Amino acid sequence: MTGAGKKLKFFDFNWKTQQWNLLFLLGAIAGGYIASHYLANPADLELSESTIRDLSKLGISFKGGLNPDELFSLEALSQPKTILLLLAGGILVGFGSRYAGGCTSGHAISGLSNLQLPSLVAVIGFFIGGLIMTFFIMPYIF
Amino acid sequence: MKTLKYILAGILFGIVMSKSEAISWFRIQEMFRFQSFHMYGIIGTAVILGVISVLVIKRFRIKDSSGHPIVFADKNKPYLRYLIGGLIFGLGWALTGACPGPMFVNLGYGYLAMLVVIVGALAGTYLYGVIKDKLPH
Repeated sequence: MTGAGKKLKFFDFNWKTQQWNLLFLLGAIAGGYIASHYLANPADLELSESTIRDLSKLGISFKGGLNPDELFSLEALSQPKTILLLLAGGILVGFGSRYAGGCTSGHAISGLSNLQLPSLVAVIGFFIGGLIMTFFIMPYIF
Repeated sequence: MKTLKYILAGILFGIVMSKSEAISWFRIQEMFRFQSFHMYGIIGTAVILGVISVLVIKRFRIKDSSGHPIVFADKNKPYLRYLIGGLIFGLGWALTGACPGPMFVNLGYGYLAMLVVIVGALAGTYLYGVIKDKLPH
């Protein structure tokens, strides 16, 4: 697509056979749009009180929505630090899911459904990483 | 027609992920802090239904939409890549509150800042392609 296949073997595959992935993604974007515009629940998210308390200590306020303004509002994007955090997080997700050969759907749901031990190892990895980020890294970077 | 099927599956995915609140950064934090059953309920239900689906597909040799038999490939043995790759994925999952699918659902939902996460994820995938052969698997 971007010519990466000419330079790197990993990207040298037939795009045509993978088109369904992109179509599915287009649908996913449309699904999100439909959910927020036509199926939205006006009530606040029923987030656990202890989560609200813990996050407020990190400077993240809960206002009832799905995602915090401190990270995902357009105003927050005016700060280079927010862009850096989101970009770094995205790189970790992209790199990690390719390295592990799957993500939440590929390992935690499809892999475990087919009783694959490697998928259980991957899910344990997801949680080790998630707990390290939540308890040992986020307190220092937020 | 086939095109439409993939798009419709995506739309269903997007609506379910939104309405179940699985695309919420707050819900992912709640999960990693073990402060609610919410996400465990979603993933647990999906796995139970998945186990049943896989059994049914295997038992009745169900074919896919183009008539080919559905084959489940076993994952390769060396476990290192699953643990290290998984750990790296987990770091990013907790930070952004989004795994690859929900990034796009969030974008459609109206969280345009997710575009930055998506750009990062594409860069991360590219980076893996570049240094893949130097990594232990």
